[in-house]
Amino acid sequence: MKNGRFFRSTAGVMAGAVLLLVLPFVAAMGGQAWVRILDFAILYVFLALGLNIVVGFAGLLDLGYIAFYAVGAYTWALLASPHFGLHLPIWVILPIGAGLACIAGVLLGSPTLKLRGDYLAIVTLGFGEIVRIFMNNLNAPINITNGPQGITLIDPVAFGSFKFSGTTEIFGLALTGPQKYYYLLIALCVLVVIINLRLQHSRIGRAWQAIREDEVAAKAVGINTRNLKLLAFAMGASFGGVAGGVFSAMQGFVSPESFSLIESIMVLAMVVLGGMGHIPGVILGAVLLSILPEALRYGVGPIQTALFGRLLVDPESLRMLVFGLALVLVMRFRPAGLWPSPERRRELEEAGQ
Amino acid sequence: MSRVLLEAKGVAKHFGGVKALRDVSLSIRQGEIYGLIGPNGAGKTTFFNCMTGLYVPDGGGFTFDGAPLHADAPHQAARRGIARTFQNIRLFGNMTALENVMIGRHVRTGAGVLGAIFQTAATRAEEAAIRQRAIELLHYVRIEDRAGDLAKNLSYGDQRRLEIARALATEPKLLCLDEPAAGMNATETAELRELIEGIRSDGTTILFIEHDVKLVMGLCDRVAVLDYGALVIEDVPAVVQKDQRVIEAYLGA
Repeated sequence: MKNGRFFRSTAGVMAGAVLLLVLPFVAAMGGQAWVRILDFAILYVFLALGLNIVVGFAGLLDLGYIAFYAVGAYTWALLASPHFGLHLPIWVILPIGAGLACIAGVLLGSPTLKLRGDYLAIVTLGFGEIVRIFMNNLNAPINITNGPQGITLIDPVAFGSFKFSGTTEIFGLALTGPQKYYYLLIALCVLVVIINLRLQHSRIGRAWQAIREDEVAAKAVGINTRNLKLLAFAMGASFGGVAGGVFSAMQGFVSPESFSLIESIMVLAMVVLGGMGHIPGVILGAVLLSILPEALRYGVGPIQTALFGRLLVDPESLRMLVFGLALVLVMRFRPAGLWPSPERRRELEEAGQ
Repeated sequence: MSRVLLEAKGVAKHFGGVKALRDVSLSIRQGEIYGLIGPNGAGKTTFFNCMTGLYVPDGGGFTFDGAPLHADAPHQAARRGIARTFQNIRLFGNMTALENVMIGRHVRTGAGVLGAIFQTAATRAEEAAIRQRAIELLHYVRIEDRAGDLAKNLSYGDQRRLEIARALATEPKLLCLDEPAAGMNATETAELRELIEGIRSDGTTILFIEHDVKLVMGLCDRVAVLDYGALVIEDVPAVVQKDQRVIEAYLGA
C-alpha cells in the first residue's frame, strides 16, 4: 500500500516534471509570445509564494508587496545597464537586490507591527505607492532612476558568457531567450517552493501560525511576535526583490508604471484566490490569474470577429470584467480560495459561522 | 520553601476612572501553591495580565527570581519562567493538541530560518525533541489519545488540560492558572486538584485564581484576597477563612 502510494507520487512528480520541461516547446508552437506569457506566469508564481509567507503564513495583510519587487527591479537596472555604466554579474546584483528589498521590508514592518488587518493594509498600500512615486521622481536633482522614462538596455541574466537573451543552440536544440528564462524561473520557483514547504513545517512556521490564530496566546507562551512578524516581512520582501531583479533582466526595461497598485492587488489576489497559506493553491492562483487574462486577450478578439464580423467589446476591458466577476464568484462560493489548506478552510468556516 | 520567587510591589492599574488594582503588594514563595481569590471584578485577572506583561502597570512592579520583570514584554515573562493559562481558554483552535504543546516549546528551542530551510541535523534533532516532549506532556495531563485532534474539538475539561500542558511546555518556574476549575464538575475538579499537586511536587510554583473556595482552601499553602483592586489579606487558608474583612467582601455585608 505504502509502496503503491510512493510509486504513484513519484510517477506524478516525474510526469509533472516532464510536462514542465516540454511546456515551453509546446507554447512556442503558438509563438514566442506564449512562452513569454508562461515566463510571466512563473514569475508571478514566485512573487505570490513570496507574498504567501507574509499573508498566508503570518497572516499580515500586505497591499504594498510590489514595492519590494520594484526595489529588486531597480537594483538590477541600476547595477547592470548603461545608465550608470555598471555591468555587475548576477552573483553580486541578486543578493544586493534581495538585501535592499529585505531592508525595505524591515523598514516597512517595524513601524506597522502594532497594526492589524485593514489598518496594516492601508499603511502597506501607502508604502507601495510611496516607492513607486519615489522612483518616478528620483531623476532630479541627481538623475538616479531616470524618472518616468525608466531605464533601458538592461543587461540580461548571464552566467559567464552564457546569456539568457537571444537564441542559443544546446545539444542541437535551439533555445530562444524566453525559453531559457523559463527554465531559470522554474528553477527559482522550485527553490522557493522548497523554502516555503520547509518553513511551514518548522518551529518558525508553527509560531507564525500561532500568531495568526491568537496573538495574545502566542505572546503568553513566549513567542516574540514582533520579531517573527518582522521576519515574515523581511523574507517575503527578499523574494520580491529577487523576482524584481529577474523581471528587470528579462524585460530589459523598467519604469515606475510597472509597479502600480494594481500589480500589488494582482499578486495578493493570486494568493487569496488560490488559497492563502496553501502552497499548491497559491501556485494555482498565480498561474490562473496570469494566464487567463492573456488567454482572454488572445482568444476573445478573434472569436468576436469570427462570430459578429467585428469587435463588439474591447478585449482589454472584457478581461478586467471577467477578472472581477471571477473574483467575486470565488469569494462568494469558495471564500477560502480555490484550493485551500485544510486549516485555512476551517478558520474561515469558523469565522463565517 | 522560604525563598521568594515572585514579589509584587505596589502594583497599580487603572482603566480610565476604574482603579482595577491599587497598590497591591504580595510575595509568592518558591514551591508553594498560592491562591488569589476575590469577588468578581476584584482585579485578579488584571493582576495576572500585569504580571505576565500583557498590561503595563501604572504603578509599582514585579521582581521575579531575583530580577525585575519588564513590563510590556509578555514573551520575556515566558522566557524568564512565567507561564499562564487564560480564564476564557485561549488555545490555537485550528491546530492539533500536539501542535499546541509543540508551540509551548518555542521559547526553549532555537531553530531559525536557515536551519529550517537547510534541514540541518541540529534542526531535525531539535524538532524530534520538541515532538517527543510534547507527547510526554500530553501523557502527563492524560490527553495523549487526543494528540491528533484539533484543539477546538476537545471537550472543555480536555481543553483546560491542554492549556496547562502548553504552559508546562515552556518549562515555567511559576505556573499561573486563571480559574482552572471554572465550569468543571466535582470529579473533574478532583482530577484537576491531583494534577496541580503533581505539578507542584515536580518543583513548579503555582499561582492560581479560583472561585471554588473549597478547592482553594484545601489546596493552597497561602491565599491572597483582593477586593475592589486592593489586597485585603495574605495568609494561610485557616486565617483567611476566619477574617472578618474577607467574609464581608464575599457576603457584601
